[in-house]
Amino acid sequence: MEKSELLHLQVVVELPYRWAAGRNGSLMLKALRDEKKIIGNRCPECRKVYVPPRAVCGPCFIAPDETVELPATGILAGYSVVNYPFIDPETGEKRPVPYTYGYIQLDGCDSYLSHFVNETDPARLSPGLRVEAVFKPDGERVGQMQDILHFKVSEEKGG
Amino acid sequence: MSQRVGIIGFGQTYHRSRRDDVNGVELINEAVRAALEDAELTIDDIDAVVIGNMDHFEAVNYVDTWSVDGSGAWMKPLIKLTTGGTTGSTLGIAGYHHTASELFDVVLVIGWEKNSESDTTGAIITCSDPIFDRFSFSGALPGLAVEASTYMKRYGITEEDAALVTVRDREHGANNPYAQLQKPVTVEEVMQSPMLSWPVKLLDICPRSDGAAAVIFAGEQKAKKLSPRPAWVLSTAVRHSHSYFGDINYEEIHTMQEAVKELYKNVGIKEPLKELDVVELYQPYSFAGLKWIEAMGLCKPGESPRLLRDKVTHMDGELPFNPSGGVICTNCIGATGLLRIGEAALQVMGRAPGRQVPDVNLALSTGFGGAYWTDLMLLGSRPW
Ligand SMILES: [Zn+2]
Repeated sequence: MEKSELLHLQVVVELPYRWAAGRNGSLMLKALRDEKKIIGNRCPECRKVYVPPRAVCGPCFIAPDETVELPATGILAGYSVVNYPFIDPETGEKRPVPYTYGYIQLDGCDSYLSHFVNETDPARLSPGLRVEAVFKPDGERVGQMQDILHFKVSEEKGG
Repeated sequence: MSQRVGIIGFGQTYHRSRRDDVNGVELINEAVRAALEDAELTIDDIDAVVIGNMDHFEAVNYVDTWSVDGSGAWMKPLIKLTTGGTTGSTLGIAGYHHTASELFDVVLVIGWEKNSESDTTGAIITCSDPIFDRFSFSGALPGLAVEASTYMKRYGITEEDAALVTVRDREHGANNPYAQLQKPVTVEEVMQSPMLSWPVKLLDICPRSDGAAAVIFAGEQKAKKLSPRPAWVLSTAVRHSHSYFGDINYEEIHTMQEAVKELYKNVGIKEPLKELDVVELYQPYSFAGLKWIEAMGLCKPGESPRLLRDKVTHMDGELPFNPSGGVICTNCIGATGLLRIGEAALQVMGRAPGRQVPDVNLALSTGFGGAYWTDLMLLGSRPW
């Protein structure tokens, strides 16, 4: 086939959004902001504790009706050390790498919380490791998940 | 009201990392024309069209409207579907439902993607909950790597074990002229490839592709009349689970476990390793080629590396996986699940030159996506 010049159009778009957290989500984010507390809720049927708290337990399809205050400690259930560049749709910028993406099971909770872990050496991480939340200081928390700065490996039982 | 359904045609594009020679409509049209040619039909024989992709990759929404000229849906019943990674398998299952209902007799199903048109990871992130999951989520790759981290720890699986899966699929992909990656690789090359998201390296993960696939479903009488050897749809199973990523069970892929249980029961399969003849697995990364085949009941948990080392799932093995090279060689995401169905159909129809498994009676295709969701479609050489 004859070679011809192939063109494309390149544009960068800015599309602002505004997402509602809802009643349950707001309850959790407010507790993070004002009290450095992590809130979940419990399903009356299967007794599972969920974080974030929610209006419906999917498997049972009924409303969790008991608010549960969770501790800032738990285990690292699974993780990956992210090491490749990509555009963060939140900011339009490249997200800084490496960083550790972890699933944290807070003590007394059945679901995981996805968050950052401040250890990026895979050799020093392992499923089951004890971790704890590090909160942003008073005055800097605004009512979002990043009010938890990251999770750090707990010293007392670490490794 | 219901009828048995067979696949009577399949067409696909030559998949590449970037297809600047075509826009979306033209890419779609390539696959549609190939499928019609394969089935020896014209667009006038098509009663309805089902189409889909993941809109946010191109940010050109409503493919059902703007692609009408290329899809052949002009003045025909048309529906668009999208379910994330499972889009392609959802499309195929919807095509089956459309036809099985007897409301339509010949249905054209199209899946496509031009992944080159955006930052794939950035686009995938927009599928996550914007308040609770998005800030830390970095796309499909780390979401999968988390599963690998728990699987390795639990069963002592190594990165070298996973590399065997890539080596197998890249070897198979060399036989498929449509595959994006057609060059075999070694375990050493996989191990030395850049670490993208521990423990997943560049050669452990699927590429991103531009490509399209089209599959034609027909009702029983039509299928028998139009095709010498249709690939009959024997059973499908769908399991979509949670919304938040933190709700997923990373220890077990329970959607796969539940879906295969239903499918095997429907058709009376007791020993899948012996009874199935070929599998096109939606396997987005190498570790899935180990853990997920355990979930399919091919061996006990943690024992899959032996199947790879003994080449049980290679082309000449007892149950070949991914003769097309699979997702490790080609991944035009909205088409990926439909490519599995199309390639499985070719195996049943005996029309997979260069990659044909001999005497295929039962071919299983899978779809994967969302928060570890599983779709299955089992095709067979006999309608019942
Ligand atoms: Zn429940």
